[in-house]
Amino acid sequence: MIVELGHFALVLALVISLAQASLPLWGAAKHQLGMMELGRGAAIASFVLVALAFAALINAYVTSDFSVVNVVQNSHTDKPLLYKITGVWGNHEGSMVLWVFILTLFGAAVAWFGGNLPPELRARVLAVQGMIGSGFLLFILFTSNPFLREIPAPANGQGLNPVLQDPGLAFHPPFLYLGYVGFSVAFSFAVAALIEGRVDAAWARWVRPWTLAAWCALTIGIAMGSWWAYYTLGWGGWWFWDPVENASLMPWLAGTALIHSSIVVEKRDTLKSWTVLLAIITFSLSLVGTFLVRSGVLTSVHAFAVDPLRGTFILLLILVAVGGSLTLYAVRAPTLKGGGLFAPVSREGALVLNNLLLSCAAATVFLGTLYPLFLDAVGGPKVSVGYPFFNRTFAPLMVPLLVAVAVGPLLAWKRGDLLGALQRLWAAFAAAIVVALVGLYVTHGGPVLAVFGFALAAWVAGGALTEWAERVRLFRAGPSESARRAIRLPRAAYGMTVAHLGLAVAVAGFAGSAFEQERIQEMRPGDVVSMAGYNLQFRGVEEVQGANFSADQGDFVLSRGPETIAVLHPERRFFPLQQQTTAKTAIHTNFFADYYLAIGDPDGKGAWAVRAYWKPLVPWIWIGAVIMAAGGMMSLSDRRWRVGAAQPARARPLAAPAE
Amino acid sequence: MTASMRRLLFVLPLFLFAVLTGYFWLALESGRDPHDLPSAMIDKPAPAFSLAGIDGAAGLSRRQLGGGVVIVNFFASWCIPCRLEHPLLMDLGKRLDVPVYGIAWQDKADDATEFLKQLGDPYKRVGLDESGRVGINFGVYGVPETYVVDKEGRIRLRHVGPLTEEDVTKELAPLVKELGRS
Amino acid sequence: MRRVLAAAFACLAFAGVARAVEPDEMLSNPVLEARARAIGRELRCLVCQNESIDDSNATLAHDLRIILRERLVAGDTNQQAIQYIVDRYGQFVLLKPPVEPATYALWFGPAFLLLLAGAGTVFYLRRHRPGAADGPRPLDAEEEGRVAELLREGER
Repeated sequence: MIVELGHFALVLALVISLAQASLPLWGAAKHQLGMMELGRGAAIASFVLVALAFAALINAYVTSDFSVVNVVQNSHTDKPLLYKITGVWGNHEGSMVLWVFILTLFGAAVAWFGGNLPPELRARVLAVQGMIGSGFLLFILFTSNPFLREIPAPANGQGLNPVLQDPGLAFHPPFLYLGYVGFSVAFSFAVAALIEGRVDAAWARWVRPWTLAAWCALTIGIAMGSWWAYYTLGWGGWWFWDPVENASLMPWLAGTALIHSSIVVEKRDTLKSWTVLLAIITFSLSLVGTFLVRSGVLTSVHAFAVDPLRGTFILLLILVAVGGSLTLYAVRAPTLKGGGLFAPVSREGALVLNNLLLSCAAATVFLGTLYPLFLDAVGGPKVSVGYPFFNRTFAPLMVPLLVAVAVGPLLAWKRGDLLGALQRLWAAFAAAIVVALVGLYVTHGGPVLAVFGFALAAWVAGGALTEWAERVRLFRAGPSESARRAIRLPRAAYGMTVAHLGLAVAVAGFAGSAFEQERIQEMRPGDVVSMAGYNLQFRGVEEVQGANFSADQGDFVLSRGPETIAVLHPERRFFPLQQQTTAKTAIHTNFFADYYLAIGDPDGKGAWAVRAYWKPLVPWIWIGAVIMAAGGMMSLSDRRWRVGAAQPARARPLAAPAE
Repeated sequence: MTASMRRLLFVLPLFLFAVLTGYFWLALESGRDPHDLPSAMIDKPAPAFSLAGIDGAAGLSRRQLGGGVVIVNFFASWCIPCRLEHPLLMDLGKRLDVPVYGIAWQDKADDATEFLKQLGDPYKRVGLDESGRVGINFGVYGVPETYVVDKEGRIRLRHVGPLTEEDVTKELAPLVKELGRS
Repeated sequence: MRRVLAAAFACLAFAGVARAVEPDEMLSNPVLEARARAIGRELRCLVCQNESIDDSNATLAHDLRIILRERLVAGDTNQQAIQYIVDRYGQFVLLKPPVEPATYALWFGPAFLLLLAGAGTVFYLRRHRPGAADGPRPLDAEEEGRVAELLREGER
């Protein structure tokens, strides 16, 4: 019964989304407040309905209702509760419901918190959200319905893939979707602005919080995915340039360019058409990513159930959404009059450079990911594009960007003094040189690229701190004056400093992975292996039982000299239902380096294959990402966003606006 | 930059998108499985090999493939899709009037024997490639795979995955006929 | 299609089992072993197509790792050992696509895009420079007067 209610809720949500997609647009064109306000009600209603449908699906999983096909395919009574719930989005149909849930959540948020938006803009934004929602609800109801029943119900289900039975599943997809579905709001704002024919500083101010929120979520989502792969797959890799990973990186790169670009629109009323295009492209990349994962045109360890019908449907959706918005762009964008002028060397110029490099980076990832497909489609040879391509093309693009990150914030708007800025960065430069020299010494002369990476990280960090120091007049005014300024600084300024520092930390983490060490060998109980100053002693293996698996658990002691640091228990888990074996690695971290341990197959004669890795600075990759997201959230919490450009006292009546 | 040039620039994203969609459409329509890889051994001579047999029978070697058109099918007892194509294999030799040889890839003699006992033995001769090396020399990356070797001993076709009726009528039969004539 | 599912199953079935390069595969000669590892990282596993043979747990990857080591022990150069595998499996097995006419667009694409976009950016920056010929020109005295009047009106 609940399942049918959930199904009905989805259908009702579709009907309301269709209304949301059309009526407010009409209202905005005719300036009828009532029609426009309908958009708000519809957005909230469709969110409530989708939430109900989602709850119904979760309920079916939790109660192990095997009359529902989706539950049968993905669940089992023995599965622990956490995975019964998170398994809801571990498959195609359930994850599409999560997708639409988040889409309508953002729509409702705009309806609820968008009180300071002009009614026409809000109505149009909600209308576009409604269009996207309608498209995806149609997709779910026609090709991916999770509420289909199977009568008679089988006794039990097929269970969830053991690799997915991990807390990572609880967080990675929701954050990822909050990110890339969240960019739909920026998209809607862009399309609404194009329909209205006006992009101005106020628009940029309204769009920024939504874009930032999505960006923070996507940063965390990608970092979580990377960390999860790291500790689950057994050899400590954290990025594979897999098509689906790339599909999440591209919107992130475009989204980063978008956030920075919208700053320029807001402060200087220029770069408008470029910002609008970025907003469209970011979400379009999310949509293309959704297509790639679910259509089967690319191979990926991540890909969901392959069904060309679904692929065709999504392609049509993309055609309408992206094709429509780009057509609108082609027609309307030329009429967007640019305002501020600026010298090439200025903060605007630096942000233009930022846009350029990030966009080229996104285009490069796009090219590499889709090239095999393009070549195959025109009948060319079958080639494969792996990490060597990306390392050679993506990394060189990032280097000038990282150099610019330190310099840009120190340039003035409109006309900047490059030489002056570089001079003020002497401390950052000194730090970079020191780090490079120390790095070369400590690592005995190489790998040079990695040491260069460390130096870059020091440069970026130094630049961020220099900018902050200038703002608070550190060492120039007295300490109390500096403290006063530091407290008074807007949160958005701290947001920038923290985010750029996070970037530096992450870059250091990336560079550190060049120095990892490994020991792969057979070990018998009592054997000791030493690496990076640590000793690892193997004590033996015992069998343990889990809820739905049995495991061989290794017992290892990690010590440094005479001092025992940790006892590690890596496991080899066997899931009888799926007849699959997975590894559970044991990682000891001191936040500067990870000691990574995994146990493999026994040789039948008392020895076990053991792989131990020492990975310096690798935790900084994820710590850096979290710091970046924290910076973004600091910016988001800045009170200035809440006040907004149109204050209540000066709200104008709906007279005929200049069209 | 003239005004019309500028306008054209704004159409560029749409144009690029249209091209992209075209590629996606082609990829979807072709129904090509990205997992299917073309063989690198086409038109190259079939590698030399000499394999033991199963169930007491004599094995299979390259020389025994003979001077005519032959079909070589790689299978394994642990391979589930192999079971799907098995009925088709049973009368493939008669239908196409060519000898069909089998190679048990990465399999054990007992298991392969049991498999053929259960489902029937469509092969003229069977070779046991326990280590999988012969398969690697053919460029095999999974089972089942079916190869067509011509009179000169060159590989002319590789089919990846279980054979369907359509594969036989549209791919194998015409090729075998053509090779037989030349 | 069935085989795809079987392959996907195989990849996921072993995903996470700490196999990949196993102790008993490793050569005793550290120089050869290092070469084998370096080459292994450049070859794609054809079963789990998004991993190198060094990382993959598939049986085929295991076999190829062993064959690679055999070729190196037999005296092949890196290039010869790689060619041995490419002869059997085609260019697809290389994670780094070869630089040939079919892939020029891939390898030179990013640099070309950067140049093109860079040129576009330079044009854009020149148009938007203060004093640029077709940017908005500054207000003249009469227009300044009108602006001042409008502002006064607005404040009333």
